[in-house]
Amino acid sequence: MSTAVASSEGETAAGDIVYSLANVGKTYARNKVVALEQVSLTLARGSFSSVIGSSGCGKSTLLKIMAGLIPPSTGRVVLQQQPVVGPRRDIGMMFQQATLFPWRTTVENIVLPIEIRDGRAAAEKAKARAHGLLEVVGLKGFEDVYPNELSGGMAQRASICRMLITEPAVLLLDEPFSALDELSRDMMNMELQRICTERFATAFLVTHSIPEAVILSDDIYVMKPRPGRLAEIVTVELPRPRTLDMITTPAFGATVDYIRGLLDKGEDL
Amino acid sequence: MSDIDKTRPTDPVSASAATMTAVAAAVPDTGPDTVWVEQTSFVDRLPRAVSMALVFVAFVGTWQFVTSFGLVSPIILPTPGETFHDMIFVGRNLLSGDYMLPALWITVKEVLYGFALAITIGFSLGVLVGETAFGEKAIMPYLVAIDTMPKVAFAPLFVAWLGFGIESKVALAAFIATFPIVVGTAAGLHAADANARMLFKTMGASRLQTLIKMKLPTGLPQIFTGLKIGAVGVMAGAITGEFLGGGKGFGELIRVAASQLQTPRVFSLILYLSLLGLALYALVTETQRRVVFWQRDTVGGGHD
Repeated sequence: MSTAVASSEGETAAGDIVYSLANVGKTYARNKVVALEQVSLTLARGSFSSVIGSSGCGKSTLLKIMAGLIPPSTGRVVLQQQPVVGPRRDIGMMFQQATLFPWRTTVENIVLPIEIRDGRAAAEKAKARAHGLLEVVGLKGFEDVYPNELSGGMAQRASICRMLITEPAVLLLDEPFSALDELSRDMMNMELQRICTERFATAFLVTHSIPEAVILSDDIYVMKPRPGRLAEIVTVELPRPRTLDMITTPAFGATVDYIRGLLDKGEDL
Repeated sequence: MSDIDKTRPTDPVSASAATMTAVAAAVPDTGPDTVWVEQTSFVDRLPRAVSMALVFVAFVGTWQFVTSFGLVSPIILPTPGETFHDMIFVGRNLLSGDYMLPALWITVKEVLYGFALAITIGFSLGVLVGETAFGEKAIMPYLVAIDTMPKVAFAPLFVAWLGFGIESKVALAAFIATFPIVVGTAAGLHAADANARMLFKTMGASRLQTLIKMKLPTGLPQIFTGLKIGAVGVMAGAITGEFLGGGKGFGELIRVAASQLQTPRVFSLILYLSLLGLALYALVTETQRRVVFWQRDTVGGGHD
């Protein structure tokens, strides 16, 4: 049960910790299933981390706890020195589905989080910022278009803007591009890296795809199921910025193989 | 874009794609183009107006045939001509503001008040049932129980409670139209998917915000379906109310004409009533088209 997780010194140049979890566990009372056991991790400012594991290894539960959507059964969850006891505006979240609302234009969708938290007037003011974000993700000119007219990739770009509009301290990404085709997915991942680097964002990605985790992450948390727990942290040694060429390098292949080996062992349990 | 361009030279997939292009170019470009046309039957290719006219002509033709050859007694079924003449008579009567116009106006008022009442009650109950666990557990079973009753049977009660005026007709019309609106609203509130709910939760939205900004707009198509069924029911309710509870509306005119064996009059009055029903339905459909603008293509209206 002992994991190599606790120490996390010198991961990135900027050492200060944005998010920390200590001994977090989750047991669902209804069927007494232990979804998470003794999970501890820290996210340094500006770092990109991923969690990877097979279905049912508790990574969704972990993300929901980090997002303040469900309470942990045990352990401490601390974001920016404040315990997470519910959804917070300094948490940005993105899902597999873009979930843009068809009765709102793109820009109205993007300022929705502001409208919910601060009202209509604040949302109106935030539109200028939304226009800037749309330019960053390459959707300039689509401000007043309804989501029906956006492609899947464009919709996900818009949902990146919606996540960023509240200027969150941490980005929680729940398989954000897995509904896209592979070409769009590669492009969106590079886009995501660029945005995170430019904004010095702290990101935490849940994914099924080992190559995706390797190309994007500084650290990869490998999870194993029954009960869901962290098995190992893999530090990716590829230089930044990452490019898609790196997929063919030996270092990349070795890291992917190593993680695949860890996950295969997990399946015997 | 630039990232993809960079991968091109080293990417083995692109390399094989290039080989395939060469193979395609090697196919000799001789002979005629491959042209063929998919067959659709003549009937399916007709424009809507022509198709509808054909059915209409066939229907009236059969009707004319059956009546002019004496297959059916003229008391039971008047000829199309007689019915048409009577329609003109009723139309003139309505236009000149004679006794039929006030009767029509009474029925219109019953229908509109009944519909407004049904929307108010149906929507409120629908939100209660669709949004709260209490409503779903404690109120829905009773609504289902009442809905399975033959609602027309309540007409004498409404007359006893509210008298022979339009109130008893409005009550019956509203009573019939309320349930589809409740069900439509409740179903609409359940239509939002898990992603949308989760998104609103992460944004820290209150229950009221979630209801107004997400669940209700998402459910509008279902709510409008309920309204359309209600619009049909409200007409039936108003006319049934007049049949069973007297009054001075169009239903009463029909009842009197039928008792005097004036079958052509019954037919033409029914046709005018159906225009009223169509108008109400069209009103709902057009409102839906404007309000649920993002679903314009899939709204099952009669436009085009």
